[in-house]
Amino acid sequence: MPKIKLPVKTPHIDMTPMVDLFALLLTFFMLTTSFRPQEAAIIDTPNSISEKMTPEKNVITVLIGKDNKVFLNFDNGTDTSVLIRKEVLKKVAEQLGLKFTNKELKTFSTWASFGMPARNIKAWLNTADSKDRDKFQIGMPVDSTDNQLNLWIRFIRLQNQNAEVAIKGDANADFKTVKRVMDILQKNMVNRFNLTTSLQKEEAKLEE
Amino acid sequence: MAEIIQEEGKKKGGKKRPKKFSTHIDMTPMVDLMCLLITFFMLTTAFSKPKAMEITMPEKNTEDDPKNQPLISADKTINILLSGSDKIYYYFGVADPNKPLPELIKSDYSKDGIRKTLLQRNKIVFKAVADLKDKISTGELVMADSSLKNKIKALKKSDKTAPIILIKADDKAKYKNMVDIIDEMAITTIASYAVVDITPTELKMIETAPK
Repeated sequence: MPKIKLPVKTPHIDMTPMVDLFALLLTFFMLTTSFRPQEAAIIDTPNSISEKMTPEKNVITVLIGKDNKVFLNFDNGTDTSVLIRKEVLKKVAEQLGLKFTNKELKTFSTWASFGMPARNIKAWLNTADSKDRDKFQIGMPVDSTDNQLNLWIRFIRLQNQNAEVAIKGDANADFKTVKRVMDILQKNMVNRFNLTTSLQKEEAKLEE
Repeated sequence: MAEIIQEEGKKKGGKKRPKKFSTHIDMTPMVDLMCLLITFFMLTTAFSKPKAMEITMPEKNTEDDPKNQPLISADKTINILLSGSDKIYYYFGVADPNKPLPELIKSDYSKDGIRKTLLQRNKIVFKAVADLKDKISTGELVMADSSLKNKIKALKKSDKTAPIILIKADDKAKYKNMVDIIDEMAITTIASYAVVDITPTELKMIETAPK
C-alpha cells in the first residue's frame, strides 16, 4: 500500500516587508550614530537656552565632576600627521622627569579624558582592564603647589593654538572649582569658554 | 514574496521538463541579526548633542592696576551676588566700604524672581528684540540668521539706558547657579554683563543680609 502523504503545510510568513523596514531603520541608526566617547566621570550638565553646538573637533574639554574632581580631554587636532596628544604627553613628561615608551604614547593618543597626577599615567596606560583603569581617575591636581592642569593646558596651547576650550561642569560642582579652572585657563590666555549645557527652552514675557 | 525561482537543471542532464524549485530563503536569522543591530544602535545613539553657552571673560591684567579696569557708570549697574543653597541677592550701584552700603535685595531663580527685575530694567531692548523675533516668526520680515544676529546686536547696543550686570559668586555657590544666571542674561537679552570677583565688602553684605 502506498503511503498516504499528508500535505505538510508550513505557514510561511512573508518577512520581506519586515526585513525591508529593519534594513531601513538599521541604515538610519548606523548613519546617525556618533559614538559617545567614554568619559572619566558621569557629568550632569546644567540647562540653558543656548542652541549653539559644542564644537567636536579641535577642542580642549575640562570636565568637572560633582565631587569637584577635574578631568581633562583634548583631541589630536585636525592635522592627522601630528598626534597632538602624544606630543603633549611627551612634553609634560619631560617637564616632570617622567619617561614613556613609544607604545604608551601611542595608547595615550587614542584614549579620551583623564584626571590623575601625571606620575600615575604610566600605570593607567598599562592597565588592561577598564574597571581597574577607572580607579586611577582620581582627579587632576589643580592646587597652587602642584598645578598640573596649568602645565597640560600650556603645552596643549603651544601645540595647538586654535583649540577651543569647553568647560563641562556638573550642575552641583562648586563654583569655586570652576573659578579656579577658569583662572588657570585665563592665565594661559584663554578668555573664551564654551560652557557645555543641555538645552531647555525658557520664555520670558514682559508684563505691561 | 521573496522567492527566487531558479531554473536549475535545465542544462544539466538534458531533461526536458525543467524542474521548478521555489527556493524560499529563510529570513529568520537575518531578521534576528538585524533586530539585534537595531537595538544596539538605538541604545548607543546620542540624539541630543550637547549644546554650549559661550562666555567671554574680561582679560586679566597681569599687573592688577585699577586704572586699567574699564569704568562703568554706577547708576546703570546691577550687582548680582550668588551664594550657597541657591541664594541670590542683588543691589544697584556700588558698594563702597567708606559710604553707607546700598540695600541688598533677596531674590530667587524663578520666573518672578530675578528675571522680573532684569526685564523691568531692560524693557526697551527686550521689547525691540521680541518685536523683531515676532515679525520673523509671522513671516512679515525675512532675514538671514546672520543678519538677524547683527540686528539684535545693534538693538542691544542702541539702548543707552540698558543695565550693566555684574555677576559675583562666593565660594559656596554652585556651578549651576552661575550657568543659570548667565542664562537669565540671554533670556532677558541683556547686552552687557560680566562675571567678576566678589569683594570683601560684598561678602560682608551677604552675611548680614536678611534671611
